[in-house]
Amino acid sequence: MAFEYAPAPESRAIVDIAPSYGLFIDGEFVESSGGDLNKTVSPATEEVLAEYTQATVEDVDRAVKAARKAFEKWSALPGAERAKYLFRIARIIQERSRELAVLETLDNGKPIKETRDADLPLVAAHFFYYAGWADKLDHAGFGANPRPLGVAGQVIPWNFPLLMLAWKIAPALATGNTVVLKPAETTPLSALFFADICRQAGLPKGVVNIVTGDGRTGAALVAHPDVNKVAFTGSTAVGKEIARTVAGTAKKLTLELGGKGANIVFDDAPLDQAVEGIVNGIFFNQGQVCCAGSRLLVQESVQEELLDALKRRLSTLRLGDPLDKNTDIGAINSAEQLARITALAERGEAEGAERWSPACELPASGYWFAPTLFTNVTQAHTIAREEIFGPVLSVLTFRTPDEAVAKANNTQYGLSAGIWSEKGSRILAVANKLRAGVVWSNTFNKFDPTSPFGGYKESGFGREGGRHGLEAYLDV
Amino acid sequence: MPTTASSAHVLSDVAASDSTLRRFLHGLPGVDAVGLEARAASLGTRSIKTTAKAYAIDLAISMVDLTTLEGADTPGKVRALGAKAVHPDPTDRTTPTTAAVCVYPDMVAVAKEAVAGSGVKVASVATAFPAGRAALDVKLADVREAVAAGADEIDMVIDRGAFLAGRYLKVYDEIVAVKEACGTSARLKVIFETGELSTYDNIRRASWLGMLAGADFIKTSTGKVAVNATPANTLLMLEAVRDFRAQTGVQVGVKPAGGIRTSKDAIKFLVLVNETAGADWLDNHWFRFGASSLLNDLLMQRQKLATGRYSGPDYVTVD
Repeated sequence: MAFEYAPAPESRAIVDIAPSYGLFIDGEFVESSGGDLNKTVSPATEEVLAEYTQATVEDVDRAVKAARKAFEKWSALPGAERAKYLFRIARIIQERSRELAVLETLDNGKPIKETRDADLPLVAAHFFYYAGWADKLDHAGFGANPRPLGVAGQVIPWNFPLLMLAWKIAPALATGNTVVLKPAETTPLSALFFADICRQAGLPKGVVNIVTGDGRTGAALVAHPDVNKVAFTGSTAVGKEIARTVAGTAKKLTLELGGKGANIVFDDAPLDQAVEGIVNGIFFNQGQVCCAGSRLLVQESVQEELLDALKRRLSTLRLGDPLDKNTDIGAINSAEQLARITALAERGEAEGAERWSPACELPASGYWFAPTLFTNVTQAHTIAREEIFGPVLSVLTFRTPDEAVAKANNTQYGLSAGIWSEKGSRILAVANKLRAGVVWSNTFNKFDPTSPFGGYKESGFGREGGRHGLEAYLDV
Repeated sequence: MPTTASSAHVLSDVAASDSTLRRFLHGLPGVDAVGLEARAASLGTRSIKTTAKAYAIDLAISMVDLTTLEGADTPGKVRALGAKAVHPDPTDRTTPTTAAVCVYPDMVAVAKEAVAGSGVKVASVATAFPAGRAALDVKLADVREAVAAGADEIDMVIDRGAFLAGRYLKVYDEIVAVKEACGTSARLKVIFETGELSTYDNIRRASWLGMLAGADFIKTSTGKVAVNATPANTLLMLEAVRDFRAQTGVQVGVKPAGGIRTSKDAIKFLVLVNETAGADWLDNHWFRFGASSLLNDLLMQRQKLATGRYSGPDYVTVD
């Protein structure tokens, strides 16, 4: 008899989702000036979770005006006073973390294991961290009394909805800015719940405004003449569009875009832990991570051993109901994203790469993609160059450290990289040559609010997190 | 899958000399401590409920080496332990027996009689347990006495001093000699005392050393030092037996011992087995828990699953 894990679903009862949501402007949930209602679905089941508002250009204007009005008082508050609100928000997030984890899993499709153990703890940590900076800005290295920028227009993606909100809102508020934030069209709910947390924390009206909608809402926000700062996380294509919109204005811009991270495994690597790091690098959040280690560069001398171990490990991954506490791989966020992943994987096959997936039954409804490995991939393959943003790993090989560095850097992106070796001197030498914003050694996808994060090349510019993250929201 | 052959000739040259053995052991992939512990912790979050829990509890009971290793052990104490091993829960005869009782060599005969006819094995620690600081002749005499008294299994300790001094061949030769003294009747468990080896690299090397020398089981610890079985060191040893079988075809068992006191902990270890070495090890021929107080917690959890309510310490037997 085998050890079959019985279903262990986290209860949905803790979350109370309203049938329909308005916009959060000037401290209140309000009706749109005439925008339609969109539906947000659970990607695991295609069940409609709620309706939300497609904010119009007028709605965005109303939100920016509210933020502008709030800016004067908010920015004049002593840092220690702003910190009180941020600490309060952080504590409420911790208190409501199970509710928010279940909500995020429902709306995004990622496993409860991840929202519970990664997303939510990091969200709270980010608010705690920047709360601590609010009264110490004089000592952040930007001179005495650095000034905020004003109103920040922030547009975030669907892969880590609440965490990306935290990365945007926490440093903006700590430095004295006010914000208008647009969550992604497929995952608006956690931002709307966050609006409720702002009310619960007694945050002054207008300091945080949430406008929901698709790309049109985002475009209106980015183009609004009274926005002083634009922060965007998302695709490189949209990032370029935003850069064009903002060009020639006084707006300050930070972009955190795509990636094609190389995970480099040398023959002296701790192999069992490297296998875990590879899995974590590309299958965490179904690979829908901008800094995913989507290219595995393995030294030819250990290729066979490593791939055997990796395949054995992939066979133990549990794909299914994201609310089940034992699920490792959840649903793909949307039908559109699933179609993109499917098309790129088919392209990989058509170009001659060898495709492999563990035996794995996909649920009948919802958006699902089995963990997939491509071997015999070269730099010339599309799947080695284009960001797939899904659970698809391209395996390439190298012979020498120089070749590894050359291949790792041979990409239009430069967001993340990983190095696996037991030899410290090799790790330091290789890390210095990698053109990537984050280089992990003997680990992958490790996040901490104290550490700056951002890209080289087409992965964007500006840094979020750490002391560096303050700069994006200060007039320095 | 061949499982009884002595360690395969694939690696027969490895122990030709101290230097070949050293080269081999130091050529094993390193262990990243942070990554190993993170993996063990992550498997520890598996949620084992209802039918899975019932299966795991019965499996865990059947894997217990019910142990008493005290200076104060008496025939009476050992008989009580034997009775408990045979009928862990006198109110429910469907409860599986434990795998074995584990005693000192001079108690083997008593234990043997206490479990006679039940299928419960008698394991004996030997080789100057727990320190292992004695001459090889003394250690072998210890083993022979236990085997002669009818021990089905011998739990030996390695010479940690020799291991830490880098004299791997001495450790290897000693295991080979003890294995020989066990003859064909007793299975050999090799205890590393992982708490004294201290690093994960050492634990991996000791695991391979033990398996190369013919261990039937590799075992974490004596239960007599500060750090005994942990999820991480057991995970590492499970990786070693998995890789050893892949390379040689020989399957070796794993026994974490010391410090596992609750059903929750035991189930976490079974998850490690299931997702690391695999289902082939989910059997008391290949995985054991060296424990004493664990059994009563497993029994209380078993009663809770059957009746829907918690009983209490007075509803399981004290031994």
